[in-house]
Amino acid sequence: MLLNRVLAATRVAPLNLRAVSRFSLGGSVPALAASSLRSLATVASVNAASKEGSLIQKIEAKRAEALIGGGQKRIDTQHSKGKLTARERVHLLLDAGSFREYDAFVEHQCTDFGMESQKITGDGVVTGHGTINGRLVYLFSQDFTAFGGSLSKMHAQKICKIMDQALMVGAPVIGLNDSGGARIQEGVDSLECFVSGVIPQISMIMGPCAGGAVYSPALTDFTFMVRDSSYLFVTGPEVVKAVTNEEVTQEELGGAKAHTTKSGVAHLAFDNDIEALARLRDFVDFLPLSNRAEVPIKPTADPSDRVDPVLNTIVPADSTKAYDIKDVIERIVDDGNFYEIMPDYAKNIVIGFARLGGQTVSVIANQPLVSSGVLDINSSVKAARWVRFCFLPGTHQEHGGIIRNGAKLLYAYAEATVPKITVITRKAYGGAYDVIPQLLWPTGEIAVMGAKGAVEIIFRQSKDKSAAEADYINKFANPLPAAQRGFLDDIILPSETRKIIIRDLQVLKNKKKENPWKKHGNVPL
Amino acid sequence: MFLRRLSTPVLRPASSTLSLRARWLATTTAFGKTFDKILIANRGEIAVRVIKTAKKMGIKTVAVYSDADANSLHVRLADEAINIGPAPTSQSYLVVDNIIKAVKQSGAQAVHPGYGFLSENSHFVSALDEAGVTFIGPNSKSMFMMGDKIESKKIAKAAGVHTIPGYDGEIEDVETAIKVANDIGYPVMVKASAGGGGKGMRIAYSDEECREAFKLSKAEAKSSFGDDRMLVEKFIEDPRHIEIQLIGDQHGNTYYLPERECSIQRRNQKVIEEAPSVHIDEATRKAMGEQAVALAKNVGYFSAGTCEFLVDAKRNFYFLEMNTRLQVEHPITEYITNVDLVELMIRVAANQKLEFDQKEIAKPKGWAFESRVYAEDPEKYLPSIGRLTKYIEPKAVTADGHDVRCDSGIVEGSEISIYYDPMICKLCTYGETREIARHRMESALDRYVIKGVTHNVPLLRDVISHPRFASGKISTKFLAQEYPKGFKGAKLDDQKKTQLFTMAAIVHARRDLAKRDWIAGGGSLVEFAPAKTEWELHISLTKTGEKETVFVTAEKDASWTVKIGDKTINTKSNWVLNSPLVEGVVEGENVVVQFLDALPVGYRLQYLGTKFDVTVQSPTQHELSKYMKEKPKLDLTSIILAPMPGTVVNVNVKEGDVVAQGSELATLEAMKMQNMLRAPRAGKIKKVLVKAGQSVAGEEILIEFEKEAVAKKA
Repeated sequence: MLLNRVLAATRVAPLNLRAVSRFSLGGSVPALAASSLRSLATVASVNAASKEGSLIQKIEAKRAEALIGGGQKRIDTQHSKGKLTARERVHLLLDAGSFREYDAFVEHQCTDFGMESQKITGDGVVTGHGTINGRLVYLFSQDFTAFGGSLSKMHAQKICKIMDQALMVGAPVIGLNDSGGARIQEGVDSLECFVSGVIPQISMIMGPCAGGAVYSPALTDFTFMVRDSSYLFVTGPEVVKAVTNEEVTQEELGGAKAHTTKSGVAHLAFDNDIEALARLRDFVDFLPLSNRAEVPIKPTADPSDRVDPVLNTIVPADSTKAYDIKDVIERIVDDGNFYEIMPDYAKNIVIGFARLGGQTVSVIANQPLVSSGVLDINSSVKAARWVRFCFLPGTHQEHGGIIRNGAKLLYAYAEATVPKITVITRKAYGGAYDVIPQLLWPTGEIAVMGAKGAVEIIFRQSKDKSAAEADYINKFANPLPAAQRGFLDDIILPSETRKIIIRDLQVLKNKKKENPWKKHGNVPL
Repeated sequence: MFLRRLSTPVLRPASSTLSLRARWLATTTAFGKTFDKILIANRGEIAVRVIKTAKKMGIKTVAVYSDADANSLHVRLADEAINIGPAPTSQSYLVVDNIIKAVKQSGAQAVHPGYGFLSENSHFVSALDEAGVTFIGPNSKSMFMMGDKIESKKIAKAAGVHTIPGYDGEIEDVETAIKVANDIGYPVMVKASAGGGGKGMRIAYSDEECREAFKLSKAEAKSSFGDDRMLVEKFIEDPRHIEIQLIGDQHGNTYYLPERECSIQRRNQKVIEEAPSVHIDEATRKAMGEQAVALAKNVGYFSAGTCEFLVDAKRNFYFLEMNTRLQVEHPITEYITNVDLVELMIRVAANQKLEFDQKEIAKPKGWAFESRVYAEDPEKYLPSIGRLTKYIEPKAVTADGHDVRCDSGIVEGSEISIYYDPMICKLCTYGETREIARHRMESALDRYVIKGVTHNVPLLRDVISHPRFASGKISTKFLAQEYPKGFKGAKLDDQKKTQLFTMAAIVHARRDLAKRDWIAGGGSLVEFAPAKTEWELHISLTKTGEKETVFVTAEKDASWTVKIGDKTINTKSNWVLNSPLVEGVVEGENVVVQFLDALPVGYRLQYLGTKFDVTVQSPTQHELSKYMKEKPKLDLTSIILAPMPGTVVNVNVKEGDVVAQGSELATLEAMKMQNMLRAPRAGKIKKVLVKAGQSVAGEEILIEFEKEAVAKKA
């Protein structure tokens, strides 16, 4: 519908492009058209009959084509699947009026298989920069209506261009992925690998992403998905059926649920496009723009010296009774606002962003509610990846250990150069306790292992182990022995945790730590 | 030990919790010596309540606690605290020996039992007598006679008090219950002799209901009171529940205080009480009071006690039962008489004389309401458990602090557990007139912040503002009549809707402004972004689908101009972002909304007590939202979910069984209430995922049905 109206308008001369922009507002590409047309359109309407004017008409006609991607019919199909178009998504993600598009006129250069006659302006991806709550981000948004959002050489080049730019100016790159796969895909993967650790990269999977293309989001820092409309798999259900005769749906094989609960490939899942992009805005607010930029600080009405007596009793006196570590986190951070990442995967460890004294912090905590918060393979990997992305303080207790994957976490901690603060709320047994400087709650315990296990070994010969066990508990199942040996920095009142961490963060603000030069460190893989 | 020493000083709550500002705690000043130290054989708010008065009287206090209550407020407030066993009440608060042991260990001279638990257990009183410890309550003989519903009814009848027609004896079995019910005529009330507080009581309109009521009530009585003797009596329809507070000493002085009306009940559980009653005139008050006093004197009853009556439209009153303890709702009597009932109980127990002018003390001085705030879903009436992540009680606003009173045993961070009654607080308000007290209750409920558990404030707020409640034309059938399909949340008229939409728009605008605010790390483009002062918002309520386009403009001095349709609404609101209370003046009227949570696209707000999920969309979000798809819902016809966390008492079916719609599948016990789970449809049981004795979480799948066979098309 809109397509027809726009095209009709472009054929009529002299053209009033202002009119185009006005009625575009009410169509299915709201307001976007207006913002993109703004500059040249004004000139054109003044002097449409001149030579320059007719050229501008031509340019704007082309731009109008770019705005509707694969055409209204395909847009309608996209909508009927509950999915939005590339441009609609851009518009939802960015501050109103902030989008600056690059390469809107790009077309593919392929001449085989009759492709030369099928060109769609923009070539299946919308790229550019804009702001989220006033802060610069670069983004690309794949257009499923144009060649199924597939990657051509030009398409890939467009993406590479904004990545180069983002890297240069130091701003995050956000990919809104909705692509049937590759036309040509070289170039993109290697580049993304390169930028990790310099600027934050986020992939929001909003449609299919299959075959070789899956490694593209996998190499970014965060992968988010939309429930029931996005899929990530190396081989699709048809191939699986052909090879193994297994009947499996797209959703079961590579949907948001599979990847946020079982595989751990995706970090968050959202109910639909609108919610996903709204929450992505909140997420970006936590990120520093690059490794050169300051950690973001927001004003908060939550006092930095707020004392919370509830924390004094939040850990049950009975040390076998579980408690929810998220209750603890939410009571410490600004306004109780904790943005959890991977909430449904390896639930025995909790990770996410929060703010303390307005400043972004990353939180990593064992969750006693699930399998007593032990570190197993999945939780170690989840935590290690998080620490490697991040940086910051952690609430920490109840470590168990497994060597190889636990070591990943240790390695990650050791490599992280940012300020790190640990609070031990209860048990810290085993090998991983001594990774970072620590604050202990009075309920905290540091030991090589629990009393029962230790007594089994030390008093192997003894018949009555209960007395020995009680003795061991007395000696080690409280924070004093470790404190006396200097294994920790201080024993603090839980109620004052917030105050103390914020103060310590201030102290550590100018921390400078560089890891010794390595040719390439061997991450325990 | 080390931990104790470190933590003890900081665990003491601020002294404000013990403020003696309230008049009811400060009135009686002259009294002789009573006890040096008393033990409170209870938990929660009533233990806290007794400790407050004891402190005022200079008496040392001993708290007892179960493992689950180690960090409770009553433990922290008492001078000493003694553990009396594991969390289940049958192993702690109900064990006479454990309490006696604690009394001996602490050297307490007297025991206040609170209400519930052992408060009406005459064996407990006898055991204390034997140990030479004073019971702060009546003597065991009168407690035995009056506390037992069968006995008290006989005595009342003999003393010429009007009683309800019924069978004067224990009902042994279901068959007898049905026979008696038929003799008296339906409807009948089936209740436990030892029952109270709505537990172990059910109304039956037919033989079938009588059979079920008998079974369930008997089981409940056994687990709640350890006494499962049952009664059956005539059920009077549409009555008011009005009760007379008595207080007597051991020298033969017994006085009646003004009545309380407790007609707002559900399943005989009191929800809102008030004192006095709009229905009672001076003559009736006198008649009821004098009968109650006569009855008490007849059995040598002293201390505090309450005679409950059913009162019909013509002010005929029928004696129901006598509660030989301090009642839950005693604060409203204290409000309108200015006496401290706990203090009087202690003084009477210490054998002091009470000297009141009966005529004077029976005169109500003002009006008071009590709302029982429960951790309970008011739409499904299911208890809710969890930690109170945010808990802020409403504050008094009048200069003397006499307008709002919160009797609670919890603080922020406390846990509502499955082991005990899920009461959060008794919220009472006072006013010189009923209207003043009622409006204060509305305001107090609006400012009461409770997060972490589902609570019944929505229902309380709706009833308090209900036109029929305001008019005073109430009965015990009020809730059933006014909410025949159950309570479904506050209904908004046009004005209220405007207020909610306006406040939601301001919440959004304030948050949006804050989002653009960076102290550091904002990047260089922030300066280019123009300051936003106007918003076009598309606001809708998830539940009803009602929607409006709202235009907001931020003006100077916390003023906002809000346009909805052709209406322009001038508003003031100075909301500080992290404050749970969003207060504003909308078209000259004070409006309080609670900010509960941010949703992906909108906010959860509490307004008029009810939670509203409010979607707030930008024009683009609104425009595009039509393409979003509804998420498929869980098929509830093929699974039985635990309606709340609890323990499975029994499972009546096994895999492969074919059941009829409505058949009993399993019984779940939670908060001492037995809940029968019935088949939602006829079908075959596919899987039974739980067994008797198992603890289950709320919403856990207990039983699966085979999928319904789809009829083949011809």
